[in-house]
Amino acid sequence: MDLALSPHHAAFAREVQGFLLSHRREWPGPRATRAQVLAWQARLISAGYAARTIPREYGGFGAAPDILESRLIAESFIATGAPGPLAGQGISMLVPTLLEVGTEDQKRTWIGPTLRGEIIWCQGYSEPGSGSDLASLTTRAHEDGDDFVINGQKIWTSTAHLADMMFCLVRTEPDAPKHDGISYLIFSMATPGIEVRPLRTMTGQAEFNEVFFTDVRVPKNQIVGGRGQGWRVANTTLRHERGMLGDPNAAEARLSAIMALMREETVGGQRVIDNPLMRERLMRLQGEVLTMKFNGLRLLTQSLKGESPGLAGLIVKLQGCELNHQLAALAIDALGELGVLYEDSTHLRAGGVWQHRYMFDLGLIIGGGTAQIQKNIIGERGLGLPREPRPLAG
Amino acid sequence: MDFALSENQRLWQASLAGLLNRSAPLERVRAFAEGDAAVARDVWRALAEAGASGLLIPETYGGLGLGLLEAVLTAEALGQTAAPAPFLGTSLAALALASADSQTQERWLPRLASGEATAGLAVSEAVAGARDGAGVSFTARRLRGRSLFAIDAEGADLLIVADQTGRIHLVETGAAGLSISPLTSIDRTRNLSEIIFEGVDGRPLDDDGGTALSRLRDAAWVLLAADMLGASQTLLDKAVAYAKERRQFGRVIGSFQAVKHLCAEMAASLEPCRALVWYAAYAWDRIPQESSLVAAHAKAHLSEVSRFVARTSTEVHGGIGITDLLGLHFGFKRVGLDRQLLGGPERVRDHAARLQGLVD
Ligand SMILES: Cc1cc2nc3c(=O)[nH]c(=O)nc-3n(C[C@H](O)[C@H](O)[C@H](O)COP(=O)(O)OP(=O)(O)OC[C@H]3O[C@@H](n4cnc5c(N)ncnc54)[C@H](O)[C@@H]3O)c2cc1C
Repeated sequence: MDLALSPHHAAFAREVQGFLLSHRREWPGPRATRAQVLAWQARLISAGYAARTIPREYGGFGAAPDILESRLIAESFIATGAPGPLAGQGISMLVPTLLEVGTEDQKRTWIGPTLRGEIIWCQGYSEPGSGSDLASLTTRAHEDGDDFVINGQKIWTSTAHLADMMFCLVRTEPDAPKHDGISYLIFSMATPGIEVRPLRTMTGQAEFNEVFFTDVRVPKNQIVGGRGQGWRVANTTLRHERGMLGDPNAAEARLSAIMALMREETVGGQRVIDNPLMRERLMRLQGEVLTMKFNGLRLLTQSLKGESPGLAGLIVKLQGCELNHQLAALAIDALGELGVLYEDSTHLRAGGVWQHRYMFDLGLIIGGGTAQIQKNIIGERGLGLPREPRPLAG
Repeated sequence: MDFALSENQRLWQASLAGLLNRSAPLERVRAFAEGDAAVARDVWRALAEAGASGLLIPETYGGLGLGLLEAVLTAEALGQTAAPAPFLGTSLAALALASADSQTQERWLPRLASGEATAGLAVSEAVAGARDGAGVSFTARRLRGRSLFAIDAEGADLLIVADQTGRIHLVETGAAGLSISPLTSIDRTRNLSEIIFEGVDGRPLDDDGGTALSRLRDAAWVLLAADMLGASQTLLDKAVAYAKERRQFGRVIGSFQAVKHLCAEMAASLEPCRALVWYAAYAWDRIPQESSLVAAHAKAHLSEVSRFVARTSTEVHGGIGITDLLGLHFGFKRVGLDRQLLGGPERVRDHAARLQGLVD
């Protein structure tokens, strides 16, 4: 174990912070245009603070992995308040999947524009009858000439209404056992035969959608991995999704925002932070944030050494999503009645973001594999406990 | 001893359930949340016909002359359906008017009882501590300042206002210098307002060192607890029904111990709350020396249990739980609002500790 900053790393941290602050004018704010957002992302990639370890030939910066550098970059964003690199299902899930199992051609075609934010992706996995039991999915694709032809329906597809492309699981081998009959396809959302219907969530916004496929034709070379290999590919993606959803950097940034909020807000003239009960809750969550942050560093080292992350990795989604939800709950409680205000209300705090998160982050406890499924995975894969008995016939 | 609802109380529950199912089914609640104000008027008319608007008002003024226990059953039923209606504000005004002079009572009680007039409650600062620099002062017979998070003030005829010293005033909404503007909250089934007082004529109902306000606060806490009880019960019922229906991995999800236990945990924490809320209401009516403490615990405890039930019910539903499709979120948001109104649980429990002399 060695976490000391070498002179090189100390200089690096100053350099990153200096860079971010000197480009403050380019920081895209909440109302930034798409062009401004993309320009900032391009700036970050060329400086090596986004897509840092992705090879240059695929549009990344091409640096050798260095755990401390990654950490220092993440901390510099938090410390300066600079908007971080773009994330989302394309960058955080599809890109690592293509890097692992994509063909050379697929990597060269899709990774670059995805990293630059030019292509927005959505994830077509879940179906009305197949959520936790994803492998039972029934959306079908049959071969016809040089194409696959897709028929069926997806649901809960986040950002499908905004997306340019979808990575999608379809059943190509109806006669194979359920895990072996699935393929992973990528295709444009503009392909004829795709219909997207937004679904409104409890936040009041339509964050996800139903997507219907009628004879949607996808060229055969847009399969990732082989035919019938889709389940294995999907699990690569899911692993990255779970890592993204449990991201400790996001929790750390939220914690500092709550700390500031508790210093500013008053109840009957007393600062919220001066209330020992609220302070205790804050400190308790800080302990959890630090725990997950150091766990994240440990995982990063393991992955750089090519070691299997084991339990420390299996718990990230469960713990990280719960932590984010608890952070939002504390923020709301610290705001009290102000914390129930929403939308365009006068006296609204932070644009209503805490209420939005309290609801949306509950969705993230469910999405990407529910908390109960995560616990099953921890118990069965992490601890070697037996599976639940199969149902009796009939 | 008989710790159970009377025959009449059960009949009252049944008739409320019937009338709310008719006047406030999910589609109507959704329509109200999307701006159809007629829904709340219809619900209120139906409640008034049944007598709910005058539940706490003496029979001599056209009310039913019943107690807080019956009011609690009503608040619970409203929470259960997430029905929009100015019941809380109007009921609390009826209680506050008990210490008004007979002329004032004669002017207001019959109109509140018939449902023709409604009332709002602006006591947040005095009860829960001022946020954002709000507060209402009373000097030279004038009310000045601002009250936030007033309940049921929108469209009301009468307001119950607490000033900084804890005295209660009756203010008619047409009074000069008064303005009411809406606050938007997560809960679209109820209204919250900001009230600005620019030298509004004030008349304290009493000068009793805050006793009237304490009684009013306690009743409000119990009614908010009842609203949470009702909303949580619906969240639990829907989760159980869904767990019996939804299949994954070739099984009904309720057959997974993980899901079964979530449902059981919700039930185990919620079911005893019913007795707590009943007792709190009974104590308010009959055992004044215990009333404040139990009211505080009812409010704080239901806030915690409801937060747990709301999230857990959503989780049992999986993805559909966070959508608008089943209307689960109405209950989720209702308990979210109830938790913060008139003090979050930490503050309310601190009050409970002080009541018992546990704090210097
Ligand atoms: C905000 C959000 C965003 C999403 N985005 C996407 C997306 O972009 N793309 C996509 O494909 N999907 C997406 N999803 C869908 C998500 O992956 C599913 O909702 C999730 O996998 C659960 O499936 P389900 O909704 O069908 O619930 P179900 O699987 O029906 O689960 C219902 C309940 O049963 C429990 N349960 C089920 N099986 C078991 C078991 N074996 N043991 C114990 N408990 C069990 C669950 O934990 C849950 O409590 C999103 C969901 C949400 C909430």
